[in-house]
Amino acid sequence: MKAAVASGVAGVVFSLGLGLAGMTDPANVQGFLDFTGDWRPALAFVMGGAIGVHGLSRLLVLRRRAPVLEPAFSLPTAAAVDARLLAGSALFGMGWGLSGYCPGPAFTSLATGTVDALTFVAAMVAGMWLFAQVEKRRAAAGAKAAASGPAPVQGEPVDA
Amino acid sequence: MHPFVLALCGGALIGLAATFLLLFNGRVAGVSGIAGGLVGGAEGRPWRLAFVLGMVGGGLLLKVLAPGVFGSEGLYRSPVLLVGAGLLVGYGTRMANGCTSGHGVCGLSRGSVRSLAATLTFMATGAGTVFLVRHLGGAR
Repeated sequence: MKAAVASGVAGVVFSLGLGLAGMTDPANVQGFLDFTGDWRPALAFVMGGAIGVHGLSRLLVLRRRAPVLEPAFSLPTAAAVDARLLAGSALFGMGWGLSGYCPGPAFTSLATGTVDALTFVAAMVAGMWLFAQVEKRRAAAGAKAAASGPAPVQGEPVDA
Repeated sequence: MHPFVLALCGGALIGLAATFLLLFNGRVAGVSGIAGGLVGGAEGRPWRLAFVLGMVGGGLLLKVLAPGVFGSEGLYRSPVLLVGAGLLVGYGTRMANGCTSGHGVCGLSRGSVRSLAATLTFMATGAGTVFLVRHLGGAR
């Protein structure tokens, strides 16, 4: 329960940051990506601010043996730059450019109740679900192949 | 306030929220990973759901205090475009195990080369897509 409350607070602060930063205005985001047109560079400062604050403060947090409410830290361990990473990022970028929404601002924009935000988030969640189904099938096929003979083991990278 | 200063302050708040989640929950604040875990049946439903609901709650606060941050309504043309874009964002971020927050903020803060490769890639295809739509497609 305490863990959920802390996570909820983090979600609130995160979305307030997105709003203050201008990330919740799709036109602003597309303006940032429009390098050859009327470029709006402000969003580079969002990343700068976020990385500056998080990059330093996370070091203090990681001096602890464990987080406050959980027995251990769950940090990403994957390091490989592989085809899956690059292809997925490429697809994501296309959708981001088309709409001006990435996942955080999309969830935050649900609060507006506009048809645009609802439509986008429904489709985004469907895309996430679709990928989970593809992965399950692949895992099942992999298990079948492993049962009938030696097969290359494919580890699934942990979320960044 | 100047937009650059607002962007810097907003970014700092995002970084603070990510550190808060790390300190209390020991988790990386990657929005697509948190939400994707709900859809894919990963462990930790309560904290994941709370984070996403917290984001919507923050959105409600923004709607009351500063409705302008959501831009102007009716910016978009077709629901087909929004559905296509949403599918690409949902599928792509799960395939890449991260999005703007997980790779762009948390991963880069960690100095991860993997996250740098992801961030450069989605920035590049994002910029390329905007270029195609705005400058060659004629539509805005």
